Amino acid sequence: MKNTIAARIADFLKNFPPFDLLQQEQLYTLASEVKVVYVEKGRSIFKAGEEQHQYFYVVNKGAVSVLKPQNDIFETIDKCDEGDIFGLRPLFAKENYLLETLAVEESILYGIPIDIFKPIAENHPRVREFLLQSFASNTRNPYASGDKGKLLTSTPPVVAAQNLFELQPAPITRKVITISPATTVQKAAQKMKSRMVGSLVVVEDNIPVGIVTDENFRDLVANGMALEAVPVSEIMSSPVICYSKGITISQAQLTMMKHGIDHICITEDGTPNSEVIGILSAHNIMLSEGNNPSILMKAIQRSNSTNELKKIRNKITLLLRGYLESNIPLNLISKIIFELNDASIKRIVERCIKKMPAPPPAEFAWLSLGSQGRKEQLLQTDQDNAIIFDDVAPEHHAATKAYFLELAKKVNKRLSIIGYEYCPVNTMAKNEQWCKSLSEWKEQVALWITNAGNDELLLSSIFFDFDISYGNVKLSNALSDHIFELTRNNKRFTSALAAVTLRNPPPLGFFRQFVVEHDGENKDTFDIKKRAITPLTDAGRLLILSHEVKNLSNTSERFDKLTQLEPSNRELYLACSFASKALLKFRTKQGIKERNNGRFIKLEELSKEEKMKLKRCFRSLKEVQDLVKIRFEISGYHV
Amino acid sequence: MFNFFRKESPDYPEFWNAYEAKFQEELPAFVSQTTFVVLDTETTGFDYKNDRILSIGAVKVRSNELDVSQTFEHYLQQERFNPESVKIHGILKEEKTESLTEEEAIRKFLKYIGNAVLVAHHAVFDIKMINSALKRRGLPKLKNPVLDTGYLYRKTLLNSNLIDREKNYSLDEIAEAFIIDVKDRHTAIGDAFITAIAFLKILGKIDKKKEMKLKELLKL
Repeated sequence: MKNTIAARIADFLKNFPPFDLLQQEQLYTLASEVKVVYVEKGRSIFKAGEEQHQYFYVVNKGAVSVLKPQNDIFETIDKCDEGDIFGLRPLFAKENYLLETLAVEESILYGIPIDIFKPIAENHPRVREFLLQSFASNTRNPYASGDKGKLLTSTPPVVAAQNLFELQPAPITRKVITISPATTVQKAAQKMKSRMVGSLVVVEDNIPVGIVTDENFRDLVANGMALEAVPVSEIMSSPVICYSKGITISQAQLTMMKHGIDHICITEDGTPNSEVIGILSAHNIMLSEGNNPSILMKAIQRSNSTNELKKIRNKITLLLRGYLESNIPLNLISKIIFELNDASIKRIVERCIKKMPAPPPAEFAWLSLGSQGRKEQLLQTDQDNAIIFDDVAPEHHAATKAYFLELAKKVNKRLSIIGYEYCPVNTMAKNEQWCKSLSEWKEQVALWITNAGNDELLLSSIFFDFDISYGNVKLSNALSDHIFELTRNNKRFTSALAAVTLRNPPPLGFFRQFVVEHDGENKDTFDIKKRAITPLTDAGRLLILSHEVKNLSNTSERFDKLTQLEPSNRELYLACSFASKALLKFRTKQGIKERNNGRFIKLEELSKEEKMKLKRCFRSLKEVQDLVKIRFEISGYHV
Repeated sequence: MFNFFRKESPDYPEFWNAYEAKFQEELPAFVSQTTFVVLDTETTGFDYKNDRILSIGAVKVRSNELDVSQTFEHYLQQERFNPESVKIHGILKEEKTESLTEEEAIRKFLKYIGNAVLVAHHAVFDIKMINSALKRRGLPKLKNPVLDTGYLYRKTLLNSNLIDREKNYSLDEIAEAFIIDVKDRHTAIGDAFITAIAFLKILGKIDKKKEMKLKELLKL
């Protein structure tokens, strides 16, 4: 009997090795015995030392990290995403798992039953070979992503030395384009153009005799030589510098500097007397050096698929971790990460506009709200955003709105794919309440501020913490000017903001103990966002608005500005500025450690020093809350 | 002394008695131990009395896992035909896929579900359609506890002034929110599979620590 789900799973599997080697019926039989497994983010699939499962796994959706336990520290040795396989040990050995696997995103896996798969593999030498290779190397060479799935016989296992980038094997391009010495310069140039490469290896009987690069052509033209007739042997760089494939990045870089070259030829035995197996360019080394913001920025701007962007996002997280480890000042880190986030959003909006059937029918602005708007989003958290579009003639309004909702739907979806989860209260531009024309927005906020209850009133405060990620800044400025006029000297508005600022009291209890969550899933943890970061952010916003300062949305920058505006409170505001940075850093470190949004902190895991530091932050928070209470005449919280 | 079991089920067929007997077993205490049957039906229309089930698709889910070999996918021979609904489900009257009589389908379905907790999107409709089919055979209603993913999804959203708590979310909207592929949409088994993945993701949100009691889930 037909099994539709099995057919669908077979359709998926056939795109990936080793399943692409199986016959259709074999694959279908296998698929009808698959176990579909849902794994929440942060949960392990199997642990080191755990007994074997009866399945090995293919990632259908999401991503899984393979970790190697070493002296109680887990090192990530591989990351599997869509179509990658892991957990192969039971196929080859009757022993417990040695590695550990962890879902780094919410994932759906296909469990392939080993008792059914094994006989198939045994009768299929290529399948067997592929699995053996994958298993033996523990990890695919992360540089050889283009070669994924091919049977690499010589992939050096990458030992995790992420901090020692220079000692990793250099990224070798195996796709080498070769020509003979007698080829004319013009033919060579045409070949480089059609194959889109920057260099050609000149070979005689597969032995490298020279290299031709763009530079040689420049010299050729500069020297005024005739183009057609010259053979490449006249212009090539020779002899060729050769190495064997184990060369490390630092070795390669030193060699290139020493000889003043940009390319190294990789040969079978490392001498110019054996066959060419690859080429190594300075450009590729630079690209593989993921922990460089300017290169990441370039990669973002050139990215042509959401998946590509998602991979770059992962590198940004690595970069962030490195920064935190080396104790770089947080405002510097925030700025760099903000720029990279901002560029990612811009790139997505840009690409989505191209995917629309027509260009935008009106000017618009894509606003990032909340923490990204305040330049405080270091970890990837929920997305909050909105669209303002320019007013159009009434008869075009409906169509214009429909266009931007459709655009927003695309953008929101892609942001979610690269890691910004959907906002749980639906504050997203694809929601028609957050996608409006300028005059609709003006009407809406006027309604919020003049007629509605406190909660609605507060929604308007979102527009004091935004950043324009894409589009026309005039629109967002017009709106914030409008809100500014409405709220100026509006006692009701400021006292509502003040009440909210005081909604969460300082998180220190009577005996200077931490106040922890009493119930719910995060019982006994400390909610750093709700109890400390948000109240401090609220206080900063309220105070800066009471001075009618516009266009300053970062909390620590707001407090810095306040030190100038109110010299008498300088000490307090400096402490608050410091606290806002320290709290953010705290949360970010926690988030990186726990692979989540860092919001809930387990007190027992804090060191004495960390607790002291947190308490100092809370003291500043308490003082600024006291100041708010007196200045805005709030006696406790009331709605 | 009168035997009240005998009185309750005077002369129900053997398959019904077997189904009923399964409810003597107690359900597991925890959600993580419970077997859920996620199902969907395609029907000739929305009239519980006059319309008929065209196909039933169902998958079993237990502790975050779904066995592809344990899926239920059956088409029913049709006594009634509504040309309007063909546009949605694509099942033609003369379709040559293997099909069962309503009675056979019911028998297989009861055997498949046992005392599992049933899950469906806008479950009321599917359960009522199945109950109508049971009634035509002179049988009582389904005895299983039922969960509705439309309702549970709303429970995952935060309370906010901007959320319409009464809104009915369609399966398409939920699939979009959770980024689930919607291939095979509008086949019973395809929809059951999409609903199952959505259900797992919902459980992931409301039972993060894997400590939730089944009773709590049923009371939500």
